[in-house]
Amino acid sequence: MLSVSVKDLTLNFGAVSVLKNMNLDVEEGEFIVLLGPSGCGKSTLLNCLAGLLDISDGQIWIKGKNVTWAEPSERGIGMVFQSYALYPQMTVRGNLSFGLKIAGMSKDEIEKRVARASEILQIQPLLDRKPGALSGGQRQRVAIGRALVRDVDVFLFDEPLSNLDAKLRSELRVEIKRLHTRLNNTMVYVTHDQIEALTLADRIAVMKGGVIQQLADPQTIYNKPSNLFVAGFIGSPSMNFLSGKTIEGGKAFQFGDIRISLDGYDGGAVLERDQAVLGVRPEHITVSASQPAGPSIPAVVEIDEHLGADSLLWLKAGEKELCVRVPVEGRLPSGTKVHLGLDIAKASLFDAKTEQRI
Amino acid sequence: MATSGTDTIQPTGAKPRPFFAPDRVLIYSLLIITSIYFLIPLYVMIITSLKDLDEIREGNIFIPTLKPTLDAWVKAWSAACTGLNCTGLAPGFWNSVFITVPSVVVSITVASISGYSLAMWPFKLAERCFVILLVGSFIPYQVFLYPLVIITREMGIYSTLYAVIFVHTVFGLPILTLLFRNYFASLPEELFKAARVDGAGYLRIFLQVLAPMSVPIFTVAVILQVTGIWNDFLFGVIYAGPTNYPMTVQLNNIVNSLQGVKEYNVEMAATILTGLVPLTIYFVSGKYFVRGIAAGAVKG
Repeated sequence: MLSVSVKDLTLNFGAVSVLKNMNLDVEEGEFIVLLGPSGCGKSTLLNCLAGLLDISDGQIWIKGKNVTWAEPSERGIGMVFQSYALYPQMTVRGNLSFGLKIAGMSKDEIEKRVARASEILQIQPLLDRKPGALSGGQRQRVAIGRALVRDVDVFLFDEPLSNLDAKLRSELRVEIKRLHTRLNNTMVYVTHDQIEALTLADRIAVMKGGVIQQLADPQTIYNKPSNLFVAGFIGSPSMNFLSGKTIEGGKAFQFGDIRISLDGYDGGAVLERDQAVLGVRPEHITVSASQPAGPSIPAVVEIDEHLGADSLLWLKAGEKELCVRVPVEGRLPSGTKVHLGLDIAKASLFDAKTEQRI
Repeated sequence: MATSGTDTIQPTGAKPRPFFAPDRVLIYSLLIITSIYFLIPLYVMIITSLKDLDEIREGNIFIPTLKPTLDAWVKAWSAACTGLNCTGLAPGFWNSVFITVPSVVVSITVASISGYSLAMWPFKLAERCFVILLVGSFIPYQVFLYPLVIITREMGIYSTLYAVIFVHTVFGLPILTLLFRNYFASLPEELFKAARVDGAGYLRIFLQVLAPMSVPIFTVAVILQVTGIWNDFLFGVIYAGPTNYPMTVQLNNIVNSLQGVKEYNVEMAATILTGLVPLTIYFVSGKYFVRGIAAGAVKG
């Protein structure tokens, strides 16, 4: 059964169209991450789902009910905000029970739900404190608790970890994952952090300009990005793009005067195209000191960045700057002349005009 | 940088300054002189109000009295003559209270809710309303004096306390609404969203979520309104009618009465009595006053 379903959703602010004819179906118990740069409309979409923004056109269904014009509290959603948005004058207990009191729930039931949520999130010792006396991580736990006590079908997270420092962020990330495993609720999670997206999501919706560019599981998003934007946005450092054209009826790719065989390329019919882009991730390039048997790209090492577990080599192939991830033993001093081999089976080929993956 | 011996290391940054630095001396002397300038009249008023008329006639206005008496205060409060009535300031005080309390309560209630609506529930004409309010708070009162005489007459409240309450409430609204709107607009929007997700409605969000966070701005509004309305002379003299004059108008009538002996001690006591309410408010809440004015001015 579909948990959340967005049909032809359009949102205009005056003459500006923020979300364009969007469709999104979320399965029950699924963890969907909306990922994109600032201003891509991901938070706006979440606010529409929550009912905090009136949409211009389209429909929103949650759990088989058309909630397009329902009040936020009637939609069966709980929401967690970036700035926590805890009521500062109430204690943690007050924050957790505020919505339940409004719903007219009995005291015993409220007590029970607050107890359960605080047990799950391990915030029992904080119940009688005010938000001002909590740390950032504790505040965000309480904010999650406020969604939890509502016993809702769908959790909406609006960049919940962005205000936390790196260590807490990874701790809470794991905790959210654990929470999802335990509760198995539908979760819609907005972030601009691709690590969060790749680690948490069952499926990622990569957004740009109010349009979903690609909706797929993290593996597919990473390995087979559907267009140039997704390819460049996901991955750090980002994918290397080689501009050239496809030749020999699509059997090879020509970069400058180097012929790169497309034998083993995992994609559609390549055909001959005048303008194409070959995208290869830094870890899918091999570096060798001597010329290998097959075709290769000659390059010169410019900078060597040591990352601890592995190392990044920044190279120049003619005018083109490339980045290669190598094991620590593979580090090379700058100025070294090397030959680069590409793993075509893991590469992506794009049509430069349509920017779509071939 | 290589530093071989400790004696060569010079601390960076400015040196600590001596207490009697020239600019500090200048600032403090200016402050002290200004304070004296404003405190001397208060001092003269207080000691004069404690003297009897004979002592005042000796002319030593700066010298404290040897036999202080509160007679002048009692007379100012309950027996001084304003025109034909010799009832002192007391009726004026109560008139002022009856004017101030409802005006303050009503104007702040209405303005805070309107400001909240403008900031949090933007409707189609909200921007236009905002501009109208902005213009409204800059129009000089004098323009409206005569039209309001007619309006209050038609409402059947001219020459009563209600007319003054009505006028004060109306004139307080634009600036107060702006003050509240700007304050609410500065509160985090996510808090408002969270309350909506929790199911709180229009009034509950205001009363249970936003209002408890807004004590400073309410304090500022109360101070602005109480001092403004208490000190008002113009509306009181025009709309209240002779039997309902507020304290300020009665004070004027006492001080400016041309008959009989000029009772300086009574006048001084009456003036202090009239100024006591705003003075108390400033002393009690001066910190909030400055903070709130600054907040309302900057954020928006």
